Amino acid sequence: MFKIRITGRKTITPLRSFMTNVSALAAGLVAVSIIFLFCGANPFFAIGKIFSGSFGSIYGIKETITKAIPLILIGSGLALAFRAKFWNIGAEGQLLLGAAFGTWTGLAWGSVLPSYIIIPLMFTAGFVGGALCGLIPAVLKVKFSINEVISTLMLNYICAEFITMLIVGPWKGKARFGFPGTDNLPASALLGVIPGSRIHYATLIIALLSAVVLCVIVYKTRFGYNVRVIGENPDAGRYAGIDFFKTSLIVMAVSGGAAGIAGVGEVAGIHHYLGYPDAISSGYGFTAIIVAWLAKLNPLYTIFSGIFFAGIMVGGDAIQISLGLPAATVDIVNGTLLVFLIMGDFFLKNKAVIRNR
Amino acid sequence: MHKLQKLEIKGISKSFQGFPANQDIDLDIKSGEILGLLGENGAGKTTLMNILYGLYQPDEGEIIVNGRTAQINSPLESIQCGIGMVHQHFMLIQNHSVIENIALGYKDTPFFFPKIKIRQKIIEFSNKFNFDIEPEKKIWQLSAGEQQRVEIIKALLNGADLLILDEPTSVLTPVEIKELFLILKEMVKLGHMVIIISHKLDEIMEICDRVVVLQKGKVVGSAVTKETDKRALAKMMIGRDVIFNMTKQAVPKGGQVLKVEHVEIPGDTGTRPAVHDVSFDIFENEIFGVAGVSGNGQRELAEAITGIRHVNSGHIFVKGCEITNNSPRRIHDAGISHVPEERIKFGIAPGLFLYDNAILKQQHLKKYSHRCFLDYCEIKNHAEVLMETYRVSAPSINTPTKNLSGGNIQKLILGREISDQPPLLVASHPTYGLDIGATEYLRQQLLDRRSKGGAVLLFSEDLEEIFELCDRIAIMYRGEFMGILDSNDKRLSEIGLMMAGSLKLECAA
Repeated sequence: MFKIRITGRKTITPLRSFMTNVSALAAGLVAVSIIFLFCGANPFFAIGKIFSGSFGSIYGIKETITKAIPLILIGSGLALAFRAKFWNIGAEGQLLLGAAFGTWTGLAWGSVLPSYIIIPLMFTAGFVGGALCGLIPAVLKVKFSINEVISTLMLNYICAEFITMLIVGPWKGKARFGFPGTDNLPASALLGVIPGSRIHYATLIIALLSAVVLCVIVYKTRFGYNVRVIGENPDAGRYAGIDFFKTSLIVMAVSGGAAGIAGVGEVAGIHHYLGYPDAISSGYGFTAIIVAWLAKLNPLYTIFSGIFFAGIMVGGDAIQISLGLPAATVDIVNGTLLVFLIMGDFFLKNKAVIRNR
Repeated sequence: MHKLQKLEIKGISKSFQGFPANQDIDLDIKSGEILGLLGENGAGKTTLMNILYGLYQPDEGEIIVNGRTAQINSPLESIQCGIGMVHQHFMLIQNHSVIENIALGYKDTPFFFPKIKIRQKIIEFSNKFNFDIEPEKKIWQLSAGEQQRVEIIKALLNGADLLILDEPTSVLTPVEIKELFLILKEMVKLGHMVIIISHKLDEIMEICDRVVVLQKGKVVGSAVTKETDKRALAKMMIGRDVIFNMTKQAVPKGGQVLKVEHVEIPGDTGTRPAVHDVSFDIFENEIFGVAGVSGNGQRELAEAITGIRHVNSGHIFVKGCEITNNSPRRIHDAGISHVPEERIKFGIAPGLFLYDNAILKQQHLKKYSHRCFLDYCEIKNHAEVLMETYRVSAPSINTPTKNLSGGNIQKLILGREISDQPPLLVASHPTYGLDIGATEYLRQQLLDRRSKGGAVLLFSEDLEEIFELCDRIAIMYRGEFMGILDSNDKRLSEIGLMMAGSLKLECAA
């Protein structure tokens, strides 16, 4: 009989880390292939299509980068929150509220202020919106010990319904002919794009900055040190005199704010008006959770994991069109890969020895 | 009748990250014997027992059960061989009853009405070994000694002929230790064998037939306890003579450092305050000891002084400044350092590196940062110095702190807390669970602080330690001081009565 024994691994070399992730990805693709077979599609063709769709053409790359913007932005913010063991599942709602704040600012003052004033103003408003949405669960957690997973998760629905209420009610645009949604933002409030693409470069720069700056904050500053201590051992944080309340508030303000900025980017860079919640976001707030984990909670690495998942999203669209597979296929691919990557993490931290006895 | 008659360990070696924890260890035990495994922290005692219990695989060597080589790959296989282990920290479910906890790990628990059979078994075993245990009680209602008995029954029910006890007395009161030893003696009379891991010489001498001494992962000696004495064992254990009596330098008392006035401190639960109307003061060049059985308000008092817990009423002053209910950081800045009681729980962030933990609670100090950035160069230097000065043994400062042994973590915390020469050091059970070498070293450090103008507030259950170090001694019972005595006061002979609450001195200030 064979017997499998699991023991902890004490050291993890970068090479092993890399190889484990690559093999996990490969194993995940094999599993995905089986799913494709069941759907009657040629797996090699389908997987090839996913990657050629996202990374294989200029158009694909452009789309991938476009979708990577919100993922990097939100993912880097979530990495910070998760470092502090603050399980922020509410990035989706924070993104939406940020989008609403940004849209309101753009609609109210966009026609009277020049671009170089209104656009920073909109980003600021978006940050404030997302931050407010993030602060609520932070206060609830620290002051009343209410579990942040529940409160952030539920706030997603509240925010989404709130946006729906706005766009079918008070904010419904006069130029929409009765359809839900706000009016288009004035031209000065729209983000510039790289010609021939939808890449709104202002947000892209903010996203990359966010990843770099947050990485420096986490690993090099006193605040980051406090965050890591609290995340590792809250009791030691208390002993060391770290202000739990203040640190949690800042962490959630930054995490929510980053998501809020992503919301502004989506509205002002792509949609140009505030529409239905699922049109604005397509689940970036949830996918970013995976992005942050895949980056091992290092904000800098969210750049790579963000682009990777953006690629799968774009590639998923491509196989939908070319193979006629249902829209849910891409979610299945996403989910399957994630499960395998998490399993890879297990094998990175532990080693399995198979004994014949 | 016993399936395990004789157990031998031959040439066991095990290393972690190239750091040898066990090197070529030989050991043997036969039924009816109590073997003591003596060694300092990090000598490899627990590693060796974990190998025996199947938690680790040895790199080399073999385990021989009844003369036949055995492969022990998991605790389950170890249990099948007749080996049972009682860990230092009990593996019991607090909210379940004794019966339920025992039923959980027992292989013959019937599917229907398991309680009836398990209760019978418990009673049968308690009679056999003269236990005293109430099967219906919940674990959290039991004292540490009773919980340990539950663990022992659990192991015996699973057919353990060899019982391994890891630091069994560290959580027990002196009375409970006596009871435990009676139980163990009863067991060996019936043909069981026992291995006790310990670094307490007195206990080893009292209970064990033979003792094997480990040092730095190697067997450095073994002896029959009847033919040896404490001093010889201690020498074997740390490889040199131990100073059992430290010389205290005579230094004149300096100015007042800490003043505590009529504090009342709430406990974790219940309406009764954990500390009630306690007043005292501490001066420079003084070690002030608080003796007493733990759980009588010492932890709460230490937490209140260091700012982790708020007081209901009363005042605390450091050098004339009031610090009552200030934040831990303000209090630290005012000059109070703290070696906490539960060092892993409070003292470190286990996943962070050793150098990260070397500045915990000092991360806001100017010398470790440029504006809001931490100066990791300086921090790493500081960590290197701490490791060197306070003999923290670890592969490097880049080691995650959770990989250090308990003693080394304690040295790291102590070093961190006293390297800044704080006016007052609050030390809660600083030598708890440490071996002789480390204990001696830590005590010396406390005396050094005293002779250099520092004040120390020492909480300890170890009377020997209190007598050796302290200038004045307060005895705490149920949240109150039963008396404060000078170290040369004759009434110290009645300290036991005061600890038990049957004597309270009028002059208790």
